[in-house]
Amino acid sequence: MLRYRSNLEKVLSEGTFAITAEIGPPKGADPQKIESKAALLLGHAHAFNITDNQTAVVRLSSFGGCLLLLNKGLEPIMQITCRDRNRIALQSDALAASAHGIHNVLCLTGDHQQFGNHPSAKGVFDIDSVQLIQMLHNMRDQGIFQNGEAISAGKPELYLGGAANPFADPFELRVQRLSKKINAGADFIQTQSVYNLEKFAQWMDEVRSQGLDKKIHILAGLTPLKSVKMAERMKFYVPGVDVPDSLYQRMKQAKDPQEEGKTIALELIQKIKQIKGIRGIHITALFWENIIPSLVKESGLL
Amino acid sequence: MIISKQKPLTDILNAIGDGPVFIIGCSECATLCQTGGETEVLALKKMLENKNILVTGWIVLDPACHLNNSKRLLKSHKQEIEKACKLLVLACGNGVQTVADLYEKKTIISGTDTLFLGQIKRTTSYEKKCTMCGECLLDLFAGTCPISLCPKSMLNGPCGGAKNGKCEIDTELPCIWDIIYQRLKEKDNLEIFQIIQQPKDWSKSHEMRRSF
Repeated sequence: MLRYRSNLEKVLSEGTFAITAEIGPPKGADPQKIESKAALLLGHAHAFNITDNQTAVVRLSSFGGCLLLLNKGLEPIMQITCRDRNRIALQSDALAASAHGIHNVLCLTGDHQQFGNHPSAKGVFDIDSVQLIQMLHNMRDQGIFQNGEAISAGKPELYLGGAANPFADPFELRVQRLSKKINAGADFIQTQSVYNLEKFAQWMDEVRSQGLDKKIHILAGLTPLKSVKMAERMKFYVPGVDVPDSLYQRMKQAKDPQEEGKTIALELIQKIKQIKGIRGIHITALFWENIIPSLVKESGLL
Repeated sequence: MIISKQKPLTDILNAIGDGPVFIIGCSECATLCQTGGETEVLALKKMLENKNILVTGWIVLDPACHLNNSKRLLKSHKQEIEKACKLLVLACGNGVQTVADLYEKKTIISGTDTLFLGQIKRTTSYEKKCTMCGECLLDLFAGTCPISLCPKSMLNGPCGGAKNGKCEIDTELPCIWDIIYQRLKEKDNLEIFQIIQQPKDWSKSHEMRRSF
C-alpha cells in the first residue's frame, strides 16, 4: 500500500478532482475566528490553506492557524513566504510543521511589505519561492539542510506546493516558471485566481505541450466576486489578477451582483473542469467563506 | 556614484540650532548629485546667515571619503573649525563618517540622506544599480542585477505581480525580469533562465566585516 504524507497527496495521486479552500486568519488572537470558519467548511474541501500574513498585513500566523485547523479535524496547507523569514527560520518552521502534523506546505515568495499595514518594515527575501521549494524538497528527500548538513533527527514529511500566475508578464516566462518549480521539487500547484479563461487555456495548452501536467498536479484558482466594488478592486488594483471586461460589465450591470458573482463562479468552475490537465480547484473566497459549501455542492465538485 | 539627497531644511536647521557651524561639502558624488558641491554649500551658508546663524567657514573636500586627504585639507581651516561647535557635512554617509573620524569632539550633522549606489541617468535623475553584495552575478543576467533591482531580489525569474511589463511596487518602473528576459532573448541566451539559481551566499557580503 502506498504511503501518503497527507490526504491532499492521496486525493491528487489517486486522480480525484481535488478541492482546496483558503481560510484567512484573524487580525488578532481570537481562535474562534478560525474555528467558526473551520466548522462551516469541514467536509467541503480536501484541504485548507492558511495564509501567511497575506498582503503583508499582520495576522495570526499560518503555523498557528494550521494547528487550530488540525484540532478541529481539517487538513491544513501551511502557506509560507520568504518575505519575513530567512533560510534559517524557514527551515526551522518546516521542521516544526511536520512535527505537529502539518504536512502540506505552499511555498511563496510573498507579497511585498509595501502593500501591507507595516510598509516601514524591512523585507527579508533571503531566498525566493523556487529556492524555498528546492530547499524543503532536499530536506525531505535527501535529508539535508540548505547548507548541505545532514538532518540528524527526522526528515520533515512535507507535500510541497507552489503558486503559478498564468496572467502576469512576461507571458513567455510563465510556463518556464512552472517548469522551474517542478524541477525544484514541487508536488502541486495552486494558480492565481482565474477569470480570463482564454488566457488560462492558452497557458494550459503550453503546459500540456511540454508535458508538465503529467509531472505536477495543477489546481486552478477561483475567487468568487462578491460585489461590484470587489470586481473593481480585482480588475484594477490587485497585482497579477486579470478580470476581462466582459465579466466586469456583467457584475456592473447585474441587479444582484452577489448572485451574479456566484453564477459566474459556477460557470468558471464548469469550464475550468473541462480543461485537460487540471486536477482540482483552489477556492479563495475573500471575506465570503460561507459561499464555499454551496459553491462546491451546486457545481457537483464534492 | 553614491546617490544622496539633501535633508529637508527644517531638519538641518533643527540639528544646527544656534550654531556656530562649519560647512563641509564633497567634490565627487555629492557635487554631481547637487547635494554637497560648492553651489549647495554656499547656498546653505547664505540661508543660515540670513537666519543669523554664524557660519565660521566652509570647504569642499576632494573627496570627503579620502581620510588622509581630508585631514590635510581641513588643517588649513583649523581656526574656523575650532570656532564652530558643529560640523555640517554635505556628503554621503561615507564622507560624513570620515569627517566624524577626524573630529571626535565636534557635533557632526549629516545634511544629506544617502540613497544608493547608482547611475546618473540625466541631471537630477538617478537609478539604483548595485547593492554591493560581495559576489557579482551580472554575468548570469545579461548585465542586469535582480538582487539590486527587483524589490523581492528574485533570482529565478519574475514574481506574479508584474503587469504590462511594469513592477507591482511602482507602476512607473519596468519589471527588471522583463528587461532581463528581453536582453537574454536578444543574446539568444534564454537557457540560463532554466537553471535554478541557488540561494545567494551572503557571507560574501561585507555586512559582517568592516575593512578590505
